Formats: sequence, structure tokens, C-alpha cells
Amino acid sequence: MNDRLDDRQFALLTAAVAATLATHLGHLPAWLTLPMAVLLPLRAWTRQRGSAAVRAWIRLPLTAALLALVVTNFGNVFGREPGSVLGCGLLALKLLETERIRDARVALGFAAFVLMSALLFAQSLAFSLAICAVLVLLLAALAALQPAPLDPGRPLRASLRLAAGLLAAGLPLAAAAFVLMPRLGSPLWGSPGNDVAARTGLGERMAPGELSQLLIDDTPAFRVVFDGPVPPQPQRYFRAIVLWDFDGAAWTRGLTYRYPLEDARAAGPRAAADYTVTLEPTDRRWLPALDVPLGAPPEARLAADRVLIAFGKVVQPRRYAVRSALDYTLAPELPPAQRARALALPDGFNPRARALAGRWRSEGRDDAGVVQAALALFRASFTYTLDAPLLGRDSVDDFLFGTQRGFCEHYASAFVFLMRAAGIPARVVTGYQGGWWNAGDGYLLVRQSDAHAWAEVWIEGRGWRRVDPTAAVSPARVELGASAANADAGWAPSGWMRELRNRLDFANRLWTEGIIRFDALRQKGMLASFGVADANPGDLLLALSVLLGVAMLIATAWALRGGFAERAAGDALDRAWARFLARLARAGVASRPAEGPLDLRRRLGTAALPDAARSAAEALIDEYVGLRYGTGEPAAERIAALAARVRKLRLPRRVKAP
Amino acid sequence: MSAVRAAADLRRRVLAAAERRLPALTRLKRAEPLPIRFDRRRIYVLPTRFGLGFAVLLFVMLLGALNYGNNPALLLTCLLGAAAGASVFAGFRALGGLILLRLRAGEAHAGDMLPLHLGFAPGARGRAGLRLRCGGAETAFALAAGSEADVVVALPVAQRGWFRPGRMQLWTDYPLGLFRLWSWLHPAFECLVYPAAESPPPPLPDGDGRVGEQLGAGASEEHSGLREYRPSDASRLIAWKASVRHDQLLVRDAERRSGTALTLDYAALSGLDHEARIRRLTAWVLAAEAAQRSSTLRLPAQSIGPGLGGTHRRACLRALALLPDA
Repeated sequence: MNDRLDDRQFALLTAAVAATLATHLGHLPAWLTLPMAVLLPLRAWTRQRGSAAVRAWIRLPLTAALLALVVTNFGNVFGREPGSVLGCGLLALKLLETERIRDARVALGFAAFVLMSALLFAQSLAFSLAICAVLVLLLAALAALQPAPLDPGRPLRASLRLAAGLLAAGLPLAAAAFVLMPRLGSPLWGSPGNDVAARTGLGERMAPGELSQLLIDDTPAFRVVFDGPVPPQPQRYFRAIVLWDFDGAAWTRGLTYRYPLEDARAAGPRAAADYTVTLEPTDRRWLPALDVPLGAPPEARLAADRVLIAFGKVVQPRRYAVRSALDYTLAPELPPAQRARALALPDGFNPRARALAGRWRSEGRDDAGVVQAALALFRASFTYTLDAPLLGRDSVDDFLFGTQRGFCEHYASAFVFLMRAAGIPARVVTGYQGGWWNAGDGYLLVRQSDAHAWAEVWIEGRGWRRVDPTAAVSPARVELGASAANADAGWAPSGWMRELRNRLDFANRLWTEGIIRFDALRQKGMLASFGVADANPGDLLLALSVLLGVAMLIATAWALRGGFAERAAGDALDRAWARFLARLARAGVASRPAEGPLDLRRRLGTAALPDAARSAAEALIDEYVGLRYGTGEPAAERIAALAARVRKLRLPRRVKAP
Repeated sequence: MSAVRAAADLRRRVLAAAERRLPALTRLKRAEPLPIRFDRRRIYVLPTRFGLGFAVLLFVMLLGALNYGNNPALLLTCLLGAAAGASVFAGFRALGGLILLRLRAGEAHAGDMLPLHLGFAPGARGRAGLRLRCGGAETAFALAAGSEADVVVALPVAQRGWFRPGRMQLWTDYPLGLFRLWSWLHPAFECLVYPAAESPPPPLPDGDGRVGEQLGAGASEEHSGLREYRPSDASRLIAWKASVRHDQLLVRDAERRSGTALTLDYAALSGLDHEARIRRLTAWVLAAEAAQRSSTLRLPAQSIGPGLGGTHRRACLRALALLPDA
């Protein structure tokens, strides 16, 4: 039997494989994508012109080259990155030799595997939907390998519909299996941490201007659900990192673990908020919390300067509940070591700023007066913009006396420098500010673009106070959020688009909450709500098997349904007649294959039936004969009447035929 | 390669022996009357080799997804597995409820391909990707919903005489190739295979002097093959040009037209063995028909003809096909 792929099958196969490879484009190295981009179209073109599979003496060196490149670039062939690169390369090479149905099936099966591995690199809802679309294409390519299509005119449409139908039919079972599949407590190999690519996000280092990439990143950073009332926008400062040290170019965190935990006290019981954060993976350990967290969630600790640090890197979406004081007193006493560090400035940088701070002091201002003077300076002539000019070596001087244009980093950096120069302990805090309140679903969405930097100054008797110099320049940034402040910056999508994206975020949230974060704990919780407490993996597998059995039964009923329907073929009159014959047979008068209705009627005369039943049956036969053979198109109501009479017919049971 | 073929050959022989010894085990069915309905009692399912490989692949994907705690990947794996499972039932629906209504064979000589026409009623739904295997031949077909259709499978036939197509397999791996569903059918049906014709075709024997019905009275040379019109003659037999020349309607005479009547005599072919005689006679029957010459076939126990035309030819070939072996 000739099982060479025809052009249509090969085209669909190529499309499915190319789409699968495309899902990996985000991380494949150029030395693989470029040859693939040349080889695949070339192969499709040459095959269309009738040439056979690429010969082994070309394929084998290519395979060897692929292996060698993977090993030299990654060191081995195992693990997520090298494995997926190797898989993509092998899949492309498989297409070069695919000429027959069997090869095509192997290629498509392997493509399903490669497709799954793409999900190790990205898991967002949009990407997952794209993967699902490619899956439909894969199954359609598999279905197109069947020899005789039903609809030869539109085979692609039929294949796609079949594939989508199969997936749709499998969806309920897949969802149930997803819920019940026992999750592994610990990975069998490798580290699950490997499966999230390094994210952009807040770093432990802040140099003016470096954050601008983050500020135009619209991906969600985290979502917050509040137990009580939602804090107003100006209070939504999510504290992530405190930066102590300045080397003239950048602010860094340095070491803080020797310091005692700074004392934090809420101003009153109403000044605290309880909330739950779902953090997207960051590949870092910082857990943002509303300024200022009062305690640490499980698997995390509170650093001395009141930032939350997870025990491990956040490589999967992470959910944690925190209680924060919104109005607070933080560290009324400042130990000398911390005080010295909060005043330290590198020598030989920014002389003009130092001079300005000295002048303020010499004017006899107290600490609060210096803070006000600095804010007044910003308010007077500075501009908030993401399009900030580059700064030179004396970055603070250049900013204060030169460009006077910048965003939160510039202001926080310059402000803290001025405070330290004036002898006020100060430090930089980075985190997120604002967020978009989704009223419909009741959660706060904070994007990467809501990243923010502000300052804390230590005032005698009042402790660390939050001062946001950016608010002095652009009140809108704090009052209305990053999008409002950046609206004129040119890069921002127009308002309604942002609004739409914000509204669509609930789907992303459902995906993250319902699917990505559905771990063993959530599984237990879900089963507990059905009254199954403490389900162990064995129970889960049992439930899964039962479910599979039920699904099989339903599917079997569906598959057999057509058969029953066909047995009762014919029109309504035929069905009524068939029912009548069946009832007669039960009464002992079985109709014979070669017997017409009138013969049957004649035989009824000799059958052992009560007279009433016999005459009723004879009347029915007469009626049937009249309808079937006396009229061209029997009236529906007469057929219905006949069917009703068949139903009402009283016949004795199991009378032996004479 | 030859080792593979030898192994396949051995497997086939072992299976054949097993079927002879243990018909229940291998579901060798006795011949059954038409129509044959394919229902769940006679449809069998097993995963294909690709299906087994796919199951292993799914298991690896499952392990990977669970290992990395990657729920979207797990969902994808579950979805793929469920779709693969659903494909069994889609495949069953391609086969279940199908009815083989009738079976009809075309004409074939031994050594040729015998076209076997199978009339299927697909029922209310269309069916794609069906395959019928019979002997060494296989054909793929699809049936559109609601309309009966003939499927032709060409079988190689080697021997003259009654031919039973025997057991056939209707199978499919629709829709994804993961599962193979099949059903055996053994319709009570036999058809006649004509003997092979000798090749290259030998020249027709000369007339043996007994000229059929001889020349009609008064007919001249010129009139050879013509006779006067009789009212029962078909108008297409009228020789118009000759009629104009002779002022009367003349018709071509079938008997005359063939010149001398042929006698194809089994006994006259004494130099050949039994089957070779049959092959030669077959070739002659065909040649006589092609040359439109009347012929008489004389066989050891019977004589057919003289005659000409399809009915005569079929009668001759049938008699030849059914000649007992020597």
C-alpha cells in the first residue's frame, strides 16, 4: 500500500511543526532559528517540486552538528534549556526525512512533546491559548493522515473540525484528571526552580534611569485581595527593598542581617490592613507588602528594615497573607551603627548638592524644615518624565542643577543624597505604588509599570517617615497612578486600550489562580470542600480511575447511540408498526420474515388471543394497511393516533402460539 | 530485508494455522448471509504501535509536567490524553452501524484481478478512513452520510472455477491512527473465475469444412454475406449500399458474415495437456467473439453453440471454468 504523504498532508504537517517550533522562538538561539528558517521552507519547496527526502549523508552531519552545538553552548543535553533546543532541532530534522505516513505520525507525536516543553518557559493565559491552538493544528495534521477523507473538497476544514471536536470532547475528562491528578511533593529530578526564566523586576541595585525599562513593562507584578476596606490610592505603597548604600553611581542594599528588627507600631487598630498578595514569579526573594508589614507570612522572614524576604526564590506564582500598618511609627530609636550607615556618603561626588544641603542647615532649619526645603525645590522647577536625559559622574548634581527632568528614581536618589548631606538619616525604598482596582472582581492589580522608588528619613522622636519626592513633582503619579502620570510620555497605550487590558486582566487572574497555582495544597483544600479531608495520592488515583470508568461509560453510550437510532429506522408509521409487532411477539404471535400485514391478520384468527385483543389487533392492522398502502403521504395525526392505539393495546403476556 | 519478510511470512503462516485449529480464538466466522451489520459484538479494538508509543510519550509528558509542577503543561497532557481516548469512540462510530448490503463480482480470468463490488449502507452519518482488506488486497474508502455506495476491491485470482473471497477484514484507525478497530466478515458468496487465456493468443483454427448453413440460394460472390431482408431483421443489419445497387433490401447475415463457422473442439487439441487446452479454448472463445465469428465449443461432456455474442461467450467461459480437473 502506498503510504507516501500527499502534498496536502505534507503541507499541514509542515505547518503544524512550524507552529510548534514558533512557540519556542522566545528562547531559541539564533544559530538554531536561522538554519531552521532556511531549511524548512527549502524542504517544503523541494518536495513540492517532487524531490524525495533529504538524504542521510546530509541529515546525519546536521544531527551531529546540532548535538555538538548544544553541548558546546550548554555543557550538556539535559535540563530545560538544552533539552528544548535539542528537541526543536531534532523536530526540524525529522521533518527533513519525513516522507511516509509513519514518519509523519512520529514527527507529530514528538511535536506534541516539544509543544508541551514550551510551557516550561512561559505559562501566561495568552501563551497557553496559543499552545492550545497549535495543539488543534497538530491533531488536525494527524487526522489528515487518514487515507480517505469524508469531504474531499475541504479536507483541511474537516480535519480541523475533527481535531477541535476531539479536544472539546476530552475537555471535561481532562479537567477532572487535572484536578485529581496527584501532585508530586518533591521533584523527581532537577529543580523546579529552573522552569521560570529570569524575570524583569525590581533589582537590589538602583541607579537613576535604570528603572525606565521596568516602568514601561505592562505585565502584572502581583494582585492583592483585601480583607477589609481598600486603602486609598495615596496609601498604596508596596515596600519591597530598602537600599542603604550609595557609591556615587548606584544605590545598593548591602548587609542588614545584624541589625535588630526595627520596631513598628500601628497608630491605631483601624490603621492596619489585612490582605493577600499573589505574586507573579520574580526569580528573586523579595515579597512586596504594604508599607509597613507587621509580620512575616510562612516561608519568609522579616528583615530588620521591615521588608519581607522569602526563604527561596519566587519561581512559581506565590500567595501570601500579610498584615500591614498603614499609619505607623517605625523605629523610634536608631542604633548608632544604622545611623552612621544612613548618613554615609561617598567622598568626591556631587559637591554642589552637598553645598546646597549645608546652606539649608546654615539657614537654621530643623530636620523637618530641610525636608520641606528639598520638596519645595522639586516642586518649583522640576518635571516628571520617563524620558529622562542621561546623567554624568556627579549624577545628583547634574540632575538637581542641570536636567531637572526625571522620574521616581531620580527624585528618590537626589532627595536621599540631600538629606544625608544635611545630616538627616535617610534611605531609599523601592517597591510598587498604586495599582488598578478591579471593582468587579474585588482585587488590586499591580503591574511592573507601577514600580516606584521613594525615600525614608529618620526624624528624632517620630522614627522613619516615608517621604515621596516624586509626589511633590507629579502629584498625579501618586494620586492617580503610573499610567496617568505617564500618559503624555509617548509610549503609553491610549487610555481605552489600557482600560480594556485592565478589564481583561480578570481572565489572567483566573488562569493564574485557578490553573497555574493549583498545587497539592489547593488540591487538598478543594477536595476538603467536597467533604474529602486528607486525601492521599492513593485516594486521588482511585477517584481518577472511577472517573475514567464513568467517562468510558458515557462515551460508550454515545458511541452506541447511533446504532440504536438506526435500528428504529424508517418513518413514524414504521416505528409504530415495529412497536406493534414487538408487542404481538411478546404475546406469542411473532411475525415471520416473509409475512405481510394481511397474512399476519389472517394468522391472528387462529392465534390463541382473547377476542377483544384479537379484534383490536385486527383493527390496528387494517388501519396500518390503509395508511401505509392506501394513501401516498399518510397524515401525521392519523399516524399519531395509530401509535397511541398501539400503546393502549391490551394483549395478554406470553401466550403460547397454537 | 529478507529476514523481515521471512518473519512476516512465518507470522502469517502461524496465524493461518492457528485459525484452522482454533477458529473461536481467532474469530474465524462461518460464512454468513448478507446483509452483514457491523455492531459492537463484532468490532475489535487494539492500540496501534503508534498508539502505544503515544501512550509512552504521554506518560513522559505527565512525569515532566508533574516534576516541574507546571500546571499548564499538565493540563495540556491531560487534554491530549483525553482527546486520544475520545478518538477510540470516534473510530468506533466510523465502523459501528455500518451495513454490508450486497456483494457482486465482475468478470475475471485466472491470473487477473477480480473486481469485487461491496455495497455498503453507511446509515445516518458519514464515515471516513475505512479500509477493506481481502486476501492481499486493500482499499481505502469513505462513505457519505445516507447514500449507499459500492466499494471495489480488486483481488488477484489464480485459479479458474468457483472462487470464495473468504474472510475479509474491514478496519480503520480513524481518526488519529492511535487505535485500530476492525471487524471480520465472511459473507456467503462465491463467484466464477474464468480460465486464463493463452498468451500470446493463438490463431483461430481453420474452418473444418463444415461451413455453417452454406451459401444461400442465388447468392453470387458479390452477395457473399448478404441475404434478403426479412421483417424480423434489425435495421442496423441492413447493408444500405448493397441494397441500393440491387434494388432490394439486403441485410448482412451474421452466419455468413463470420465466413465459416468455427468449431472449438477440446478433443482436437490432442497435443496439449488438460489446462493448456482449456487456456487455448478460452483464448479462442475470446478471439471468436472479438472477430464476430460464430463458434461452437465442444467439450468432453457437452457442446455449446453454435452462437455468437455475450451470452454465448459467457456460457462458453463458464463451461470452461467449471471443467473438472483432469
